[in-house]
Amino acid sequence: MTVDTPTRPVGRPIVPAPRDTVARRGSVFLSRHPRLRLSLLLSAPMFWLGLVYIAALAALLITALWTVDTFTGTISQTWTLDNIIAVLTGSLYQTVTLRTVGVALLVTLVDILIALPIAFFMAKVASARLQRVLVIAVLMPLWASYLVKAYAWRSVLSRDGIFEWLVAPFGGQTPGYGLPATIITLSYLWLPYVILPIYAGLERVPDSLLEASGDLGGKTWSTLRLVVLPMIWPAIIAGSIFSFSLSLGDYITVNIVGGANQMLGNLVYTNVGAANNLPLAAAIALIPIVIIFAYLAAVRRTGALDNL
Amino acid sequence: MAADQPAIRLTGLTKTFGAVNAVDGVDLDIAEGEFFSMLGPSGSGKTTVLRLIAGFEQPTSGTVSLFGQDVTDRAPFDRDVNTVFQDYALFPHMSVLDNVAYGLRVRGMPRRERHALAREALATVRLEGYGDRKPGQLSGGQRQRVALARATVVRPKALLLDEPLGALDLKLREQMQVELKELQRELGITFIFVTHDQEEALTLSDRIAVFNEGRIEQLGSPAEIYDKPVSPFVAAFVGTSNILDDTLSRLVLGRGGIHSVRPEKMSIGREDTAIHTDREVAGVLAEVIYVGSSTRLIVDLDIGTRVTVLEQNDADRVGEDERGSRVRVGWDERDTVALAAAPIPADDLPLLTRPEPATR
Repeated sequence: MTVDTPTRPVGRPIVPAPRDTVARRGSVFLSRHPRLRLSLLLSAPMFWLGLVYIAALAALLITALWTVDTFTGTISQTWTLDNIIAVLTGSLYQTVTLRTVGVALLVTLVDILIALPIAFFMAKVASARLQRVLVIAVLMPLWASYLVKAYAWRSVLSRDGIFEWLVAPFGGQTPGYGLPATIITLSYLWLPYVILPIYAGLERVPDSLLEASGDLGGKTWSTLRLVVLPMIWPAIIAGSIFSFSLSLGDYITVNIVGGANQMLGNLVYTNVGAANNLPLAAAIALIPIVIIFAYLAAVRRTGALDNL
Repeated sequence: MAADQPAIRLTGLTKTFGAVNAVDGVDLDIAEGEFFSMLGPSGSGKTTVLRLIAGFEQPTSGTVSLFGQDVTDRAPFDRDVNTVFQDYALFPHMSVLDNVAYGLRVRGMPRRERHALAREALATVRLEGYGDRKPGQLSGGQRQRVALARATVVRPKALLLDEPLGALDLKLREQMQVELKELQRELGITFIFVTHDQEEALTLSDRIAVFNEGRIEQLGSPAEIYDKPVSPFVAAFVGTSNILDDTLSRLVLGRGGIHSVRPEKMSIGREDTAIHTDREVAGVLAEVIYVGSSTRLIVDLDIGTRVTVLEQNDADRVGEDERGSRVRVGWDERDTVALAAAPIPADDLPLLTRPEPATR
């Protein structure tokens, strides 16, 4: 039996071994200590998250438990539950809360109904090229200022606006300024945030599943109801979280197209500004936070977050 | 017995994607109860033909008929054929039982009845007790069986299988081949099986259509395809072939045309030994590859071509240490197959009624 000794072809340069530098030794050390690596990686974002979100939320909660001196207008740091109780029992706050939640739910519903067919067309029907164009088209409104878009809708919905001009021949008329106008405008503003997750969710549904459903005798409606909708349910929920929470905190749109109607954001705004009652504003601001937490908890019970 | 009309008839079937003719005028009759394979390299149009039969694609021209009924314009859910997909296409959010019962559910069968039938179907693929699991919890072979149960529970007139064993490992694939064959015999329906694996096609099929560039290159029984390939493409794609072009044929066989000889029909001997065959050519042993039950020997012939010889392993075989030595390669005249120079037109292909050749 012979053993072949590997021979180097003549003229081929030797591949050098990696050089031993400080950076290299540092990399070796980090790759052997995964916990240290992880803490170095996470310390900056965790610091930021702690400072910006948790501290700000805590400050909000604490402020809500203080009160304002009626004579001097300064915040006195005496602990009281008066603000919380006022917000929970005051009929104004209850009405505005119900109105705000109603608007947010309707905006979410309208957005989902519009987003579903658009996202389906983008993900399953359009060619690859058209798909890219449509994604850009959906994102394009986000390039314009929020205020510009809200004022654009104010113009569209005005007495002699485009909307009136469009529907007048069919006997219709503009809804004018009020809650319907608020719902229309907010639906428009948040639509991209609802289309994109649903589009991404549909992208993940393989075409072969739709073909399999048709192959087994499922017509269009059965396929949508039994295969597509259950599979993109988490994506729909994700989109709804955007439109619902964004609507819940909005106060500018309702100011511009909402007529005399107020939403929770307006109450916060007036209490911070004109009324100079920061503790009460903080107490009001807790309402949407509680509602969002309740919404997330309800969503979690449906199991929609398991597959995110 | 079988109706006098074929289970599936394709006439002039053509499908173009842009400038590419994916399927180029395919005429084909497939009989009821037949295990029919469509074999070809990727891009040869075999899967497109399957998708045209299922209704996922619309033909550019030509027709698809099922039992004499033209179904070309019908939607997939309106055709009595079912498909087993390459990726199985099981619904990930449904249990195995609901997956199998899906076809019955959309037909409006009540829950209890459809679950009973689905359980029965799961039993035929040896998956009793797996009904409550999700497809994600099953192995590849089990998913494959669920897909089979789901497609057969609605009792289609033909089952279309798109490379169903492609994702399985070798042992499982061999086992599933046996199960597929048994299932087909049990159900008695037509199976149309798309594969690029020539061995699989030869093992399973009653008849094979070899596809190349959107056309059927050859149609026949496995033995016909293997022993009497009509063209260099079929000879090279189905198994391995040693092809002798016109010049070499004149040199070795004394006649023109293109010929092929299978490696296992060739014999090899050392230069000094006689091998007693009709033809003999000398050459140099270039490579010896041991493949377990046999050895593949690659020989550079003096006439300027390279051939492969397959030899059973026995005591006196030509060994690896003889690389570079001079050898003789021989074969018999009856193992020489004459090939058509160019792909023959689809019109001349033998159809369903082709009689078995009298002599082999």
